[in-house]
Amino acid sequence: MSKSRVLSIILAAVMVVTATLVVGAAETFKIGVVGPTTGPVATYGLSVIDAVVMAVEEVNAKGGILGQQVQLIIEDNKADATETSNAFRKLISRDQVHAIIGAVVTANSIVGGQIAQMMKVPMITPTSTAEKVTQAGDYVFRACLIDPVQGRIMANFAYNTLGLREVAVLTARTNDYSVGLEEVFVETFEGLGGKIVAKESYSEGDQDFRAQLTKIRAQNPEAVYVPGYYTEAGLIAKQMRQLGMNQPILGPDGFDSPKLFEIGGDAVYGSYFTNHYHPEAGDEVSQRFVDNYRAKYGKDPDGFAALGYDAAMILFNAIERAGEAALSRNISAARAAIRDAMAETKDLHVVTGVLTLDENRNPVKSAVILKVVEDGYEFVERVEP
Amino acid sequence: MQEVIQQLVNGISLGSIYGLIALGYTMVYGIIRLINFAHGDIYMIGAFVGYFAIRNFNLSFLPALLVAMAVCAALGTAIERLAYRPLRNSTRIAALITAIGVSFLIQNAALLAWTPDPRSYPDVFPLRTYEIGGVFVDNRQITILSVAVALMVVLHYIVNFTQIGRAMRAVAIDADTARLMGIDVDRVISFTFALGSALAAAAGVLVGIYYNRIEPTMGAMPGLKAFVAAVLGGIGVIPGAMLGGLVMGVAEVAVVALTASTWKDAVAFAILIVILLVKPAGLLGRQVREKV
Repeated sequence: MSKSRVLSIILAAVMVVTATLVVGAAETFKIGVVGPTTGPVATYGLSVIDAVVMAVEEVNAKGGILGQQVQLIIEDNKADATETSNAFRKLISRDQVHAIIGAVVTANSIVGGQIAQMMKVPMITPTSTAEKVTQAGDYVFRACLIDPVQGRIMANFAYNTLGLREVAVLTARTNDYSVGLEEVFVETFEGLGGKIVAKESYSEGDQDFRAQLTKIRAQNPEAVYVPGYYTEAGLIAKQMRQLGMNQPILGPDGFDSPKLFEIGGDAVYGSYFTNHYHPEAGDEVSQRFVDNYRAKYGKDPDGFAALGYDAAMILFNAIERAGEAALSRNISAARAAIRDAMAETKDLHVVTGVLTLDENRNPVKSAVILKVVEDGYEFVERVEP
Repeated sequence: MQEVIQQLVNGISLGSIYGLIALGYTMVYGIIRLINFAHGDIYMIGAFVGYFAIRNFNLSFLPALLVAMAVCAALGTAIERLAYRPLRNSTRIAALITAIGVSFLIQNAALLAWTPDPRSYPDVFPLRTYEIGGVFVDNRQITILSVAVALMVVLHYIVNFTQIGRAMRAVAIDADTARLMGIDVDRVISFTFALGSALAAAAGVLVGIYYNRIEPTMGAMPGLKAFVAAVLGGIGVIPGAMLGGLVMGVAEVAVVALTASTWKDAVAFAILIVILLVKPAGLLGRQVREKV
């Protein structure tokens, strides 16, 4: 061993020791996660949080990020606006977190996003799809596709893959999600050369759609696009069949629930809908996630879990790329550095695909089209952005 | 033509549901001049009781319907005893506001107990669809319409041709004088509430089976529309509730068929306004001068 080699080893050792000393002083990365673990939509929050917990355990087992462990602080907001506001303020002021994953429900993310923006703390919502959420400002990010993207994807799928030319739409006019999807779907479908033969609407909570469906039936469309939630979709499917309409139903991610089958029965079979994820659609990243999740929790991960895990991956990746700056003892500087890095997220391989964040901090990534069959959802195809 | 007939069928089946709920509404109003805003929520409770009776106790359709009616009759009497009777001698507005309070109480208690998640009704009533020249009718629609008409006839009979019915009418005309004549007014009013709530429960179970979806907030909108139907037919007039319901149902469907579906709910309430302006006593109501 040459003299210089020995010297360099000693030098390296000294550097490692100093590095360890610095890391020891800077404690851990504190990440807050906000979602409902109790209350009416607790399953959404629990899915997200379980997945985030798993992501944190995995990264810590590998030695943390930049050699520093990640500490998770979980807050239950009961899907309530006031609770969300309290949770965000507590995490930011008292716990001094580096970043927040959440909230889960759109209305809560809008509240949380305003606080995160005001206090300049990077926040990433795993599952809130409304465009408005990230419009709060440059500290607010998301891991899921926004509503209009789904409308566009379904229109393309209907026209190109299914070869449909005449489609009817049935929208929940009291719901922003539904109206937003409808607009983009109609625009895209007509842009491709298709024809919207009937445009009908209903109010959320309606149970009787026979009048609208009879009107649609008279136009004899090849399919009906129903941008809405599973509760209404199930009933609409049922009443269509009772009126002798056998066309397939097209829908958005709001169809993703076992309740769709309970309410709609066999009437929903053969429907197609856009979604963020399907266990079978994946590559090795997604497969590893599914395997680990099954092993840890003894069940299949749903879309919420996949997106929760993705949000954590995006955040960890940003911290890693922020590097030295994220280790700053000055928490404001560290937060700003993480934000800057997160905004640059590009071609990151996550569970739901390969993801890039655009200038509005919304993901550009692929979606999946699923077909409703007797025992669940069948993977049809992956659609690139 | 085929479309027109189909829409008419749609309208009548929707209208018979409104009529079914409106029957109880109008009867309670006819006897004690109280608009029981909790009626829609009792209808919801009826649907849930039927759901649990079928699901957890394996009852078939008819026993489940009877259980739901019995439970709601008891609930209706209890509500009357606890919330309305102490206010019997206060202003009518006090009773009305209490009714709204009771409605919120029941709805939120149900949200707490059963979560807002919709549930699908067990399939106890096999569906048969008949096609007649491109017009689709199913046995559930026919059942609802016939049950509604049958209940209307029974109710009309009870109120007009039985001892208790005579007592009810006497209380409706003048409670104090009725009491002097030896009528147990409290008992008569309790009976009225029991009957009205049982009717609501029957509607709840039938609608649960028909649409196959129940949730704690399901009573709000149909409750309001049934109220409009009751006013439309002439509040307090039993056949009027049925007629009002059918007119409402057909009108709603006609709006969707002829114009845009966006106007559907607006029309229901526009009808209410027009009726109150043009014929305040309703289609079958008689103009009675208020005693001063």
